[in-house]
Amino acid sequence: MYWNQKTECMPEGKLKKLQYKSLKRLVNDLYSFSAFYHDKMKAAGVRPSDIRSLSDISKLPFMNKSDLRDNYPTKMFTAPGKDVVRYHVSSGTTGKPTLVGYTKNDIEFWTESLARALTSVGIGSDDVMQVSYGYGLFTGGLGLHYGAERVGATVLPTSTGSTERQLELMMDLDVTAIACTPSYLVYMGGVAKKMGIDFQRDTRLRKAVLGAEPWSENMRQHIENELGIQAYDIYGTSEISGPMFTECTEKKGIHIWSDVCLVETIDPDTEESLGPGQEGELVITVLKKEAMPMIRYRIKDLTTIIEDKCACGRTSPRIKRITGRTDDMLIIRGINVFPSQVEHTLLQIPQINGGQYMITVDRIDSLDYMTVQVEMRPEAFSDKIDDMLKLKKHISSELKRYLNIAVEVELAAPDSLPRFEGKAKRVKDRRKL
Amino acid sequence: MTEKYMIKQLSIFINNEPGRLAQIAAALKECNINMKAFNIAESSGFGVLRAIVDDPGRAYRELSKKGIIVKETNVIAIPMTDRPGGLLEVAKVIGDANINIEYGYAYSDKNKASFFFRVDDASAAVSKLLAVGMRVLTETEI
Ligand SMILES: [Zn+2]
Repeated sequence: MYWNQKTECMPEGKLKKLQYKSLKRLVNDLYSFSAFYHDKMKAAGVRPSDIRSLSDISKLPFMNKSDLRDNYPTKMFTAPGKDVVRYHVSSGTTGKPTLVGYTKNDIEFWTESLARALTSVGIGSDDVMQVSYGYGLFTGGLGLHYGAERVGATVLPTSTGSTERQLELMMDLDVTAIACTPSYLVYMGGVAKKMGIDFQRDTRLRKAVLGAEPWSENMRQHIENELGIQAYDIYGTSEISGPMFTECTEKKGIHIWSDVCLVETIDPDTEESLGPGQEGELVITVLKKEAMPMIRYRIKDLTTIIEDKCACGRTSPRIKRITGRTDDMLIIRGINVFPSQVEHTLLQIPQINGGQYMITVDRIDSLDYMTVQVEMRPEAFSDKIDDMLKLKKHISSELKRYLNIAVEVELAAPDSLPRFEGKAKRVKDRRKL
Repeated sequence: MTEKYMIKQLSIFINNEPGRLAQIAAALKECNINMKAFNIAESSGFGVLRAIVDDPGRAYRELSKKGIIVKETNVIAIPMTDRPGGLLEVAKVIGDANINIEYGYAYSDKNKASFFFRVDDASAAVSKLLAVGMRVLTETEI
């Protein structure tokens, strides 16, 4: 089953031609109309006329998260405010978040991408899909919601939390498919067991579309065996719109729709382009974005591009499961967290030495927990336990405000946390995926 | 006037890490600090050691030099009879004098028992206790 067979199965030569045409137009437009991109190309010494083939994309400068930060909130937008119909917001590396804007067409191609993806895993109008991704500023909830509605599924927009209620609704409404983080589904499985619910016997759940955090083949096996379902990997990030691409039922890589995005991999250190089959840092060019075009965006995920034709008949390239990051970003319960954000927040709290801290991440019963140890200043110490607990609470609520996740804070004595010569290693990620 | 009844207590922060209390105990020993009374308050992830020591001024300086977070606080000490109901008597007097205790701890050796406690305004509390005829201990008496 295809959603858009003509595009999804377009012969490779034709697809490449289409990509070249889109790229050429995008670069021309941006050079003429985007001050940001015009300056960026000028600085790199490249003009639109230098793009004569698809491989000439390597002449174009990269974009980074810092570009989004430096141009916050809307300086990078190329659509007038009246055409922007939505914002989504994700974490930035420091104080300012990452803002993404969408025109009506941007929402449209995002939805179309997901409609193709959901169809490719066999989710359609007969399905009841529970969307247990967060709704709101995060792209997961609304993105999947629109995609699932587009294919005609009945959407149950539970968002995150209230797990017991989610399970009851799943049973009452004969939910057949779910979208959430893999760890949340495992957690749900545990809660179900405690409630005496047998997933295979008591629910009609058959498929899960899982992502927004790294997971492994082992975890897939575990989920599929425990819950008796098929689990598929989904990929995307807010900078390119949101979750957009999934595996097909072959489960051999995530299909990246060629008319929507052009993917490359590079050596993260030398920035040299790598060929298919070589693992490197993923670089994405969104060929169709209106409000906030992204050209050669360094997404910082490590993967390998597969160009061989998939057994499903789709001709788009695929990417393998993400194996890691080239920066220090952490994903905690599906939310992106940068240690620099933690530091930025701590530095504004006078009672502690904000430059010295340690972050520990654990996974207990399938849920992620982040602990931040901070060094208290001697003046902040009180003989009253109450004062100290207030300080702890203050620090964790500040972190919660900036990071959007619950953080356990541990107070430490001055000079008691490790000091580093050279590059600091302030993160201990003890999760085993 | 109440100055002589102010007992200097040292409060020491204890990190949540194995062996931290032993380290602090070793530091006290190294500095030759003799504890006359102490109490440990624990909370999630940290603790506070509260101690009445021989020469609090010197102890404060020596411990700070070792990088230990220590703080001086005035507490009040009153004698307690070391027998059942001793604490009740003390608590009743404090309650009747309308004094709000932040925290307190009892300590006894073979000769005597004392109750140490921390209030917001120590000087006012001492006046009230003296006014109701309660004996309040001075530094030299503990
Ligand atoms: Zn396929």
